[in-house]
Amino acid sequence: MKHLMLVLFAIASMPAVAALKVFATVPEWGALAREIGGDQVQVFTATTALQDAHHVDARPSLIARARSADLLIATGAELEVGWLPVVQRESGNPRIQSGQAGYFEAAGAVRMLEVPTRLDRADGDVHAAGNPHIQTDPRNFLAVGEGLAARMAQLDPANASAYRSGYAAFADRWRAQIKCWEVQAAPLKGVAVVSQHKAWAYLYDWLGLREVAALEPKPGVEPSLAHLALVRDQAATSRPRMVIRAAYNSARPSEWFAKEAKVPAVVLPFTVGAPEAADLTALFETTVQRLLKGL
Amino acid sequence: MRCTSLIVLAATGVLASIPASAADADLKALREEIAQMKQAYEQRIKALESRLEKAETTVVKAEASATEAQASARQVAARPAPANAFNPEISLILQGRYKDMKEVPERIITGFWPAAGHDHGGGSGEANQRGFSLDHSELVFGANIDPWWRGQLMLGVRDEEVEVEEAWVQTLAIGHGIGLKGGRVRSGLGYLNEQHPHAWDFSDAPLMYTVMFGEHASYAQDGLQLKWVAPTETFIELGAEIGRGAEFPGTDRNKNGAGNATLFAHVGGDLDASNNWRAGVSYLRTRAKDREAHFEDVGGLEAQGVFDGDSRTWIADFVWKWAPEGNPKYRNFKLQGEWFQRREEGTLNCLDEVLVGNACDPGLVGASVLSDYKTRQSGWYLQGVYQFTPNLRAGLRYDRLDSGHRDFGINAANLVVDNYNPSRSSLMADYSWSEFARVRLQFAQDKSMQGVTDNQVTLQYIMSLGAHGAHKF
Repeated sequence: MKHLMLVLFAIASMPAVAALKVFATVPEWGALAREIGGDQVQVFTATTALQDAHHVDARPSLIARARSADLLIATGAELEVGWLPVVQRESGNPRIQSGQAGYFEAAGAVRMLEVPTRLDRADGDVHAAGNPHIQTDPRNFLAVGEGLAARMAQLDPANASAYRSGYAAFADRWRAQIKCWEVQAAPLKGVAVVSQHKAWAYLYDWLGLREVAALEPKPGVEPSLAHLALVRDQAATSRPRMVIRAAYNSARPSEWFAKEAKVPAVVLPFTVGAPEAADLTALFETTVQRLLKGL
Repeated sequence: MRCTSLIVLAATGVLASIPASAADADLKALREEIAQMKQAYEQRIKALESRLEKAETTVVKAEASATEAQASARQVAARPAPANAFNPEISLILQGRYKDMKEVPERIITGFWPAAGHDHGGGSGEANQRGFSLDHSELVFGANIDPWWRGQLMLGVRDEEVEVEEAWVQTLAIGHGIGLKGGRVRSGLGYLNEQHPHAWDFSDAPLMYTVMFGEHASYAQDGLQLKWVAPTETFIELGAEIGRGAEFPGTDRNKNGAGNATLFAHVGGDLDASNNWRAGVSYLRTRAKDREAHFEDVGGLEAQGVFDGDSRTWIADFVWKWAPEGNPKYRNFKLQGEWFQRREEGTLNCLDEVLVGNACDPGLVGASVLSDYKTRQSGWYLQGVYQFTPNLRAGLRYDRLDSGHRDFGINAANLVVDNYNPSRSSLMADYSWSEFARVRLQFAQDKSMQGVTDNQVTLQYIMSLGAHGAHKF
C-alpha cells in the first residue's frame, strides 16, 4: 500500500511533458502551428487535403481528440459549420468552446474577400463572412501566424518566448519566400483563368490572376452539362489560359472543359498534404510551379 | 529554380565547400568549372535581385493599400450591431409527402403492445395518413446563453398542435470530458434515437423503434443527462440519464424522484482515412402504471388490458461509414444496424370497459381478471445507403421483430396471445439539389401486421431553411 501511494505521488508530481495539444480543423493551420510551436506542440489535424472541410462528418475520433485539446484552430467563416459545433459540444472540453482562449479562428486575422452584399441561399453555398479559403494566399499565414503565436503564448506562458521566436523565424523565411514566389509568378499577372469551385479568390488576389468563370454554376453546386457548355461558349471571348481545380475536387468537369476549350487543366494542392505539398513551403512552391506550367 | 533551393544554396555556401582532395590537374579543371558556375550563378542572382527589388516596391505599395483596406474593414465591423443581433439561430424544416398504402383501420404491429394505447395503435397519427399529407414541420431555435450555457428548442408543428420535441440547456463548462444537459432531451440510447425525422435515411423509422417508443420512434424525456468522454484516442463515451419516465414504455406516475434510468456506452474510431465506425450498448429501465391497450378476447370481442410493472430494454447498435479518402461528397456508403430486447414483468388486468361481455366479464357486470404478465421480445434492422454522385443516393433496409415469449398467466385463457414475426423490406432513392433540399422515393413491403401484406409507395420532400445545422455522426 505504501509503495502504491509513493508511485501515485510520483506520477502526480511529474512535470507535464509535451505541452500544447493542438486540434486543427484543416491541414494548413496544423502545419502553421508546427512551424511556430516546433517541439512544444502536439498537433492533430481533423481533415486531409483530399477532403472537403465543408463536407465531413463529426466522426467519433474527432470528438475523442477534441476532448483533450488545449487549442482548437479553425478557419471560421462557416467553413466547418456542418460538423465542428457538434465536435465542440460533444467533447466536454470547455477550453475549446467558441469565445474561449482555446478557440482560434484564422479568418478573424485576415482581410476577407468575396463578402456577399446580400445573403440568400438562392446564390448557392454563400458564406456570410466571405470566402473562407484564405489559405491560398501565403501572405495570410503571416497575419494568422502572428495571432496564433500570441494565442499559443497566452495558453502556454512557460513557452511564450519559444512561440514568439518560432513565429519570428517562420515570418522571416516566409517573407523571403513570398518575394521569391512573386518574382517567379510575375508572368501570371493578368492571366485569365477558369476555376472549378470558387476556392481561389485569395490566390488570384495575390498573383493578379483574373477569374473569368467558374465551372460550378453557384458555389457548392456541382457543374451541370448546360452550365459547362455555357462556360465553354463564353471562353471563346474571355480566352482563359487554364482551368484550375483542387486536389480533392472531382476531375471530370475540369478535364471536360480543358478538352473542349483546349486549355490545360491545372490541379493545385489547395492545402498541405496533397501530392507534392508536404509542408507549407512545398504547398506554394508547387502551386506557383504548376500555374507557370499551365501557361 | 525553386525558392526553397535558392535559400538553402545561399545559406550553406555549397559552391565554396568542395574538399580539395582530387589530383592537381583535376583540381584545376574543377576549380575553373566552379568559377564558371559561380559567375553564371552570380549573374543570375544579380538579375533576380534586381527583379526582387522591383517586386519589393510593388509589394510595399500593395501592403500599404492592404493596410488601408483592413482599416476600412475594421471600421465597418465596429459599427454598432442592431439589438436583434443576439437573436438565436433559427432553422426550419419543411416536410411533406404522398403515401400510397392499404387501408387498415387499426395499424398495430402484431404481437407487440401498441405504444399509442387508447387511440387504436395510432390510427389518427400522421404515419397512417394516405395520399397527400404534411409531415410535421420542425422549428429549431438555439444559441449560447452565456459563456457557460447553451440552449435549444425544437418544436414539431402540425394542425392544431405544437409539440415540444426537445427543449434543453447544456453546459460545457465542467470540463474533464463531462457534459450535462437538462430539460426535455432525446435520450442518447441506441444510434437513431437522437436523430430527428429529417435526418433519417428512410421516410419512416425502423419497426423496432416504433414498437419500442411509439409513433415518434424516439425516447425523449424530461430529465437530466450526464455524459463523459474518456481521454483516449479511441472514442469512448459513457452516459447516464434520469427523468420523469412518462414516455412509453413507462407511464406518467406523478411522483417525486426519478421515474426511469438510462445507461449507455459508445465507442468509435477510424480504421483508416476511409473507414469510420461507432458501436454501442444501451439500457433503459422504467415502470408503467395503468398502461392500457386494446386486446382481442378468445371469442373475437374487444377487451382492454392494463399493465402495471417493470420494463427493461437493451439496445445494441453499430454504424460504419465509408468514403474514398474520407471525402463523402462524391461517393460514400453507410451501414447501420441495431438490435433490441425488452423484458417486462408485472400484472395484467383484463377489463371490459365498453361492456361487450368479453371473456373477462362474461356476466356484463364490469368484472375484471388480474393475472401475472411477463414478456421477452426482440427485434432488429439492418440498412445500407450508398451515395453514387453528389446528388443521388439509394438505400435498402430490412426490419424484423420477434414477438418472443409472452406469458399472460391466467389471462392467457381469456385473451388472444399472438405469436408472430413482423417484418418489412424497404428500398429508397433520394435526390439532393444541395445539402438543404432533398426529395425521396421509397417502396416498402410491410408485413408488420399478421395476415396483411402492405405494399407502400412514399414520395417525400425534406427541406431546411435558415441557420446551417450541424449533424451528429
